[in-house]
Amino acid sequence: MSVLELANISKHFGAIQAVNDVSFTLEAGEVVGLMGDNGAGKSTLVKMIAGNFRPSHGTMHMDGKELILHKPAEARQHGIEIVHQDLALCNNLTAAANVYLGRELRRGIGPFRILDYAAMYKRAGQLFAELKSETRPRDLVKQMSGGQRQAVAIARTMLSQAKIVLMDEPTAAISVRQVAEVLNLIRHLRDQGIAVVLISHRMPDVFDVADRVIVMRRGRKVADKKIASSSPEEVTGLITGAIEQVA
Amino acid sequence: MAVTLDQTIAQKQHTFFSRLFANQTFWVVIAVILACLFLSFATDAFATQKNLFNITRNITFVAIVALGMTFVIITGGIDLSVGSVLCLCSMVLAVTMHAGYSIEIGILASIVTALAIGAFNGVLIAYLGFPPFVVTLGMLSVARSLAMVASNNTVVFQFGPDHDKLLALGGGAWVFGIANPVLYMILLALITGFILRWTKFGRHIFAIGGNEHAATLTGVPVRQIKVAVYMISALSAGLAGIIQTGWLGAVTTNLGNGMELQVIAATVIGGADLAGGVGTAFGAIVGAALIEVIRNSLGLLGINAFWQGTFIGGAIILAVLFDRIRNFRRSD
Repeated sequence: MSVLELANISKHFGAIQAVNDVSFTLEAGEVVGLMGDNGAGKSTLVKMIAGNFRPSHGTMHMDGKELILHKPAEARQHGIEIVHQDLALCNNLTAAANVYLGRELRRGIGPFRILDYAAMYKRAGQLFAELKSETRPRDLVKQMSGGQRQAVAIARTMLSQAKIVLMDEPTAAISVRQVAEVLNLIRHLRDQGIAVVLISHRMPDVFDVADRVIVMRRGRKVADKKIASSSPEEVTGLITGAIEQVA
Repeated sequence: MAVTLDQTIAQKQHTFFSRLFANQTFWVVIAVILACLFLSFATDAFATQKNLFNITRNITFVAIVALGMTFVIITGGIDLSVGSVLCLCSMVLAVTMHAGYSIEIGILASIVTALAIGAFNGVLIAYLGFPPFVVTLGMLSVARSLAMVASNNTVVFQFGPDHDKLLALGGGAWVFGIANPVLYMILLALITGFILRWTKFGRHIFAIGGNEHAATLTGVPVRQIKVAVYMISALSAGLAGIIQTGWLGAVTTNLGNGMELQVIAATVIGGADLAGGVGTAFGAIVGAALIEVIRNSLGLLGINAFWQGTFIGGAIILAVLFDRIRNFRRSD
């Protein structure tokens, strides 16, 4: 059974049809590259899965059960995590504080509960070790490299038992060496059986790490292929519209 | 020996002393101590019990309001209305008690007034997207005007049946001869420090100041917290107003005039960043202390009082200058 199944999903904002009749499935332990030009509907699609928008039409099913999301917190409860394009990190806080932002660990009784620094440092350190990232939980995020920042944002998704991780342009603004680091982080999530949706403009990244590629153009899904049976040339053609559609 | 990943992750980058020396508050403390030492030797009047009692008590009103302001400034906001809110809350207390009500009812009315004003500021800022500067600037004018309306712009110095209780509350020294306002300040500072360091609410305040958008995306209740910080700020002004009423024994509509600037100066000297994300309770107290010591020393050293503004302004700029220099060094 697929982790997530989208059936005939559409979204319009007034007269603008942002996403039009898109269906696809997502399997556990699979990395899917979601590609398309600016305005193709990638972000809108992902925001519907993350609970930011509600679809105008169509249904989503998770593990066979219908999934209706009203806000991002509900998506998180269902095991859907998102790594935002700007990473959503607070520079003035430590790595551990950022990992736990919005779901801080506390100890104590009843209303008298204080932040559990020790436990948060410990668990954050374990997550960074799992991600094979040299990131210290006590360091401030403002002193960190692009790769370390990515590790912090990705560690966040591993706090709870995530089933799906949505990544919005994780390699857009970082150095070549750090891109390799981030791709490794993605492989690591996949190896744990998490389904990863990778939104990217960068062809090499998608062909490096993804198992499957979905191409969007003008709100429609124009291709859904195994990476092995496609090529960067074909995908470029699909994105620009030089190739109309493939089965 | 090769360093393993686990060792790198477990490593602490900062020692206690490197942290201390990189801390603006620490240097302000040093400045306060040096100034006090210098004044003890240079003048006969400084290190007397009476003068020290005076200084510590004078610090408190600015410091208590600065504690509340610290919350607002950490979220990246500003509250210009605190001086006027202090005046209005004093006046509400005074007028209520003057009308014959008990001190409990007077204090309650005063605190409710403060919270209502804070909630009004906060809702406009958090839910309607008003810039904090504009809303609180408006409230600065409104609150002082309301204080004039409430008292008909007279001086209130008779507080009804509980007159003596109120004066004891603000002017007494119940423990070890320490002025009551100082005790309240210490208590409030401990509470503030605890909230900022150990509670989820405190953590979220820092997150909002660091990156409000990120805080929203990660599920921090940004709007509710913003309303809460403006309520805390107004409450601290209200409490300072109540205590100051008891200490002065009279309220005029001039009370707290221009105080917002002293309060903001104290917070900034103490290490808070007006851009948001940085600030401590201890810093607010130390900042208020430095301002008061400067003021006191100018008087004792026989320097013309007109120079006060120059020295206090200089201290603000100097404190932030050190912070800038450290940042330049770090970015090199």
